[in-house]
Amino acid sequence: MSQTLTERILGGDAGEYVDRKVDRAYVHDGTGVLTLEAFRSMGVPAGMDPEKISVLFDHICPANTGLTADLQRELRQYTCSTGMKFSDCGGGICHQIMSEGCILPGEVVVGADSHSCTGGAFGAFATGVGATDMAAIWASGETWFRVPETIGINLEGRLSGPAEAKDLALSVVSRLGMEGATYCALEYRGEGAATLSMEDRLCICNMGVETGAKNAIFYADPVCREYLGSYGHSIDLQIPSDCTYSREITIDLDDIVPLVAPPHRVDSARPVADLAGTKVDQVLLGTCTNGRYSDLKRFADIVRGGQVKVRTIVVPASREVLLCATRDGIMADLISAGCMVVSPGCGPCLGMHNGVLGDGEVCLSTANRNFKNRMGVGGLIYLASPSTAAATALAGCITDPEVQV
Amino acid sequence: MIQGQAVCLGSDIDTDLIIAGRYLRTKDRSVWGAHVFEDLDSSLAGRLSGAVIVAGRNFGCGSSREQAPVALREAGVVAVISPLFARIFFRNAINVGLPVLEADLTCRDGDQITINLNEGLIEVAGARYSFTPLSPRMRDILDAGGLVPYWRGKA
Repeated sequence: MSQTLTERILGGDAGEYVDRKVDRAYVHDGTGVLTLEAFRSMGVPAGMDPEKISVLFDHICPANTGLTADLQRELRQYTCSTGMKFSDCGGGICHQIMSEGCILPGEVVVGADSHSCTGGAFGAFATGVGATDMAAIWASGETWFRVPETIGINLEGRLSGPAEAKDLALSVVSRLGMEGATYCALEYRGEGAATLSMEDRLCICNMGVETGAKNAIFYADPVCREYLGSYGHSIDLQIPSDCTYSREITIDLDDIVPLVAPPHRVDSARPVADLAGTKVDQVLLGTCTNGRYSDLKRFADIVRGGQVKVRTIVVPASREVLLCATRDGIMADLISAGCMVVSPGCGPCLGMHNGVLGDGEVCLSTANRNFKNRMGVGGLIYLASPSTAAATALAGCITDPEVQV
Repeated sequence: MIQGQAVCLGSDIDTDLIIAGRYLRTKDRSVWGAHVFEDLDSSLAGRLSGAVIVAGRNFGCGSSREQAPVALREAGVVAVISPLFARIFFRNAINVGLPVLEADLTCRDGDQITINLNEGLIEVAGARYSFTPLSPRMRDILDAGGLVPYWRGKA
């Protein structure tokens, strides 16, 4: 038997400890502050090529308080003095910017954010670490890993009707549970995988960490080659081989239906129909899970010509997403339907600004976490797809997009 | 040898619950210690000096925020024991010098816990438990007091 894709990239078998050169490293305005502080405290020179390091402001953009602004200013000044790649407030979410042509198959990509597993969509080993680990990467250009066991997820069929990649992602998290893949890799393959767009794959890999996984990964195939080709990259395809999985799961994409994960567990997803009629105060379309062009388009296709009944916040994942959606008239459709648009970034997902919930308020969100109090003390978060979010925004209560359409 | 009083917690305690997002934007670490577990039980922060947290499964899931293990240290926690840790939290805890040990204990709040890192043993309520040994690298980092002093030692 040969190695899983993650074993191939890390150059070891499951359970082994390896030291690996890091091909791309990135932080955001939150973790970057602590990374810089830890790096300075280490008192060693930067050993990593600054061109391979990105500092991408997304968590609280633009700054919400003087303190946030001060912390951002210090990190901005440092970054710009070093030759590291920098994206200031308004550029978008770190994971999205990295996915716009900055991650290539076979690379080892480490981000100081748990959702750094998003980049596995490109056949890269992409994972999240904390700030001090990242400081050591700045210092040395490498880090250690325990090569994870791999759970193989074989996809068959094709998503149909209003079911989306997000519904598949919620389904996987609920099937494995919030700790079901702890320390493991999730490897997606099979004929169904080939039917998924790169934006679908980014959404699916993004939610890998909600199962405890170290990384989630798709093989680089012609869909990936075409996407990266649009950014000027020419890549080799990664060919799946027979390999040993610690566990194997088969999912027929035709069986996936729209799901909602009610508070406060991500692995609690149920068919939308079970929760239909639940009143909501706010709808959030955006985040590193579902703030991409295709997400905005699906949402706009449903609300176009109508009016949302509750406050609806749209946060494009990046400036590129916002520009594309503006050129195509999608932003005009969203604004005409009564949505408000905020600056590209994480938006209110982490409960700091741009739509914090009040006590007892309910938000239907396209994000990846519905933890207690995450978007505001006493706020209740239901997770769902952009189509379900759109149907819900129009109705003012949780609504099955199939019914709405 | 590490000694402390058990503070028992449930499963799936995420890093938002350990330290809420609204307290992250500061360099003043005492803020994190003061507000640790605020959304879980606001009385906990004052009871953690010298505590060994004995948590259920999947402790530290969610966000990669390193403020979570720092908050525990700031509040006086001397070690955390859980049958299963979320992996980023586990690395972060070692990196900030907070001992985290994988073991499945039976104990009650207030029980005296003794941890022998070298022998890989935990003693509590008259029973002895072994824990999954740390990798040699992680043990070196922990012994140095965390990854910053580990690197400072190399400088």
